[in-house]
Amino acid sequence: MSKSIDQVFVNAKQWLLSWLAGSPDWVIQVASILINIFMLLAVFLTLFALISVLERKILARMQNRYGPNRVGPFGLFQPIADGIKMLIKEDIVPARADKIVHFLAPVLIAAVAILTLAVIPYGRNMTPFTIDGGILFFFAVGSATELAVFMAGWASNNKFSMLGAMRAIAQMFSYELPLIITVLPVVMVVGSLMPDRIVSAQAGYTFGLVPRWFVFTPWGGVAFILFFVSGLVESNRTPFDVPEGESEIVAGHMTEYSGFKYATFFMAEYIGMFAVSGLAATLFLGGWHAPARVLEIIPSYVWFFVKLSALLFVYIWLRATLPRMRIDQMMNFAWKFMLPMAFTCIIAAAVWHYAGRGLRGWLWSLFVIVIVYSALSILLDTRRKFAPRVYRFAE
Amino acid sequence: MTPTLQAFVLVSGALFSIGLLAALSRRHAIFILIGIELMLAAANLNFIAFWHFAPQPHQPTGVMFAIFSIAISAAEAAIGLAMVIAVYRHYHTTNVDQLDQLKG
Amino acid sequence: MNNAAFILVAILTLAAALAAATLRKLMHAALSFAAALVGLAAFFFLLGAEFVGLALVFIYIGAVAVLIVFTILLTRRDVGKDRGFNWAGVLIALAVFCGLTWSILKTQSLSIVAPHIRALTVKRIGEALMTGYVWPLQCVGLLLTAALIGALILVMEEKR
Repeated sequence: MSKSIDQVFVNAKQWLLSWLAGSPDWVIQVASILINIFMLLAVFLTLFALISVLERKILARMQNRYGPNRVGPFGLFQPIADGIKMLIKEDIVPARADKIVHFLAPVLIAAVAILTLAVIPYGRNMTPFTIDGGILFFFAVGSATELAVFMAGWASNNKFSMLGAMRAIAQMFSYELPLIITVLPVVMVVGSLMPDRIVSAQAGYTFGLVPRWFVFTPWGGVAFILFFVSGLVESNRTPFDVPEGESEIVAGHMTEYSGFKYATFFMAEYIGMFAVSGLAATLFLGGWHAPARVLEIIPSYVWFFVKLSALLFVYIWLRATLPRMRIDQMMNFAWKFMLPMAFTCIIAAAVWHYAGRGLRGWLWSLFVIVIVYSALSILLDTRRKFAPRVYRFAE
Repeated sequence: MTPTLQAFVLVSGALFSIGLLAALSRRHAIFILIGIELMLAAANLNFIAFWHFAPQPHQPTGVMFAIFSIAISAAEAAIGLAMVIAVYRHYHTTNVDQLDQLKG
Repeated sequence: MNNAAFILVAILTLAAALAAATLRKLMHAALSFAAALVGLAAFFFLLGAEFVGLALVFIYIGAVAVLIVFTILLTRRDVGKDRGFNWAGVLIALAVFCGLTWSILKTQSLSIVAPHIRALTVKRIGEALMTGYVWPLQCVGLLLTAALIGALILVMEEKR
């Protein structure tokens, strides 16, 4: 019974395709691809709308106020109002801007963001696009975001845009390295680049209790944290939102975009967030596996979305809590701390594998990570002491 | 009907000539670099096309060559662009016709 | 179906490459170059070498194209247009194209149709890289390091 609920979407798609049973092969293939695309877009655009209002409400609650609560029950229809507003705004293009490139930049960035969603396994047998180098596809397509950001910044013919775009690109490609290198230990241990295989390698429970997810190993935990932080940076979220910091450079590369094009940039950022969270859940949190044997009756796609929502909540929580980092602090952090720690994760994963994957491997890899972390903390200490706090009260 | 090897090699030849066009007829240093990259990409296409149509059993030689070629062309593009920047800083021009101070 | 895909991708790639070679504005040319590379990656997918196609997108579009646009940005004093177009170069390129096409069409052994191919898995590429091609791999690593250091030194500001 639970198995058929688990496979309900797969069976529904097979039923839909059975209507075309007599057609030539390529018609069925095209229909299958179209159904996949339609489902993906439906789910993620709805999730985008929901998250945009939930984020404002969660931020508001963390700041001790209500969020939007006028439109619809608990303000949940706010995205409809926002959508209407964005659509009826006047589309202003600067007179001396490069019209073609100005138009293509949001198109490219949205297309790239949605393409990266195609290789993530959303449930048992529910990966839209299986390719032998799935993880490489994700990163290859995601790296085209930088070009789109640059196009946006340059085409606007505006100094703030250009500056914002250059900062955004500098930030994005310096964090792309830790992002990719932290994925390497997982790929190494599993032996395949296919997300499906990576999820299958995390099946089962040690001692019948603890799931075999990679986040519960020392190298996996550290790699997960590094991957998550790099994902934060890639999607330009606070505390790393210098490219779109409103108080600094207006809106960076998105300054000269109004109305629907701005909404497209916004959507691309959120979908990038979903993709990175989905990939983090796949690589480290066991994908669509349940955390305990009793809970396996709940379908796999529900577990995937629970993990995705948990990660998105952490994203929003970080946005509410942390101030923005300076660009030089950010770059220092990437090159001097995250990159060596990412390399250490690879070495720790190898140590874990070759010392047997049990307790001995766990302890040895933990030892390697702790040594490197202590060395880095000592070496990177700026020895800057803060002055004692002075409180001044109004008289 | 699937495309033959001839079709792929023709496309590769056309791409190579377009790269040659860019490298020989433009005066801006960066255009010349783009042309060189296009020529390298055409050669890669040639390698992979011949690998695909090779007799069974398949050796991965063509693919290996293409992978190394991509890596090396990336390195060469980086150095070329660094040189363009360095030259620009000194001569304030990127027009290769004006870089003739070492002429005999 | 395969033929239609091939023709479509060929038209896209050649048109983008032609645009990259002949457009006046530098930025547009750089972006058409990126589009031509996407077309080339599609070719590699058609030929069953998916890993190379993805590596091409990753390295070329993610890094080389960004490098090119950055350099265009940093060397902007003579305004985006390119002055002068050397027609001798066009003639030479046409001559090379005619020569290549003639020799390709003359060769008999090239009109073969592909046998059924299984795509090359990443596992086999990895095995080949670590067993037969380990020396080229290490040399390319050294080369990339040297290129990185060299490029940095070339662009560093000189201390006065």
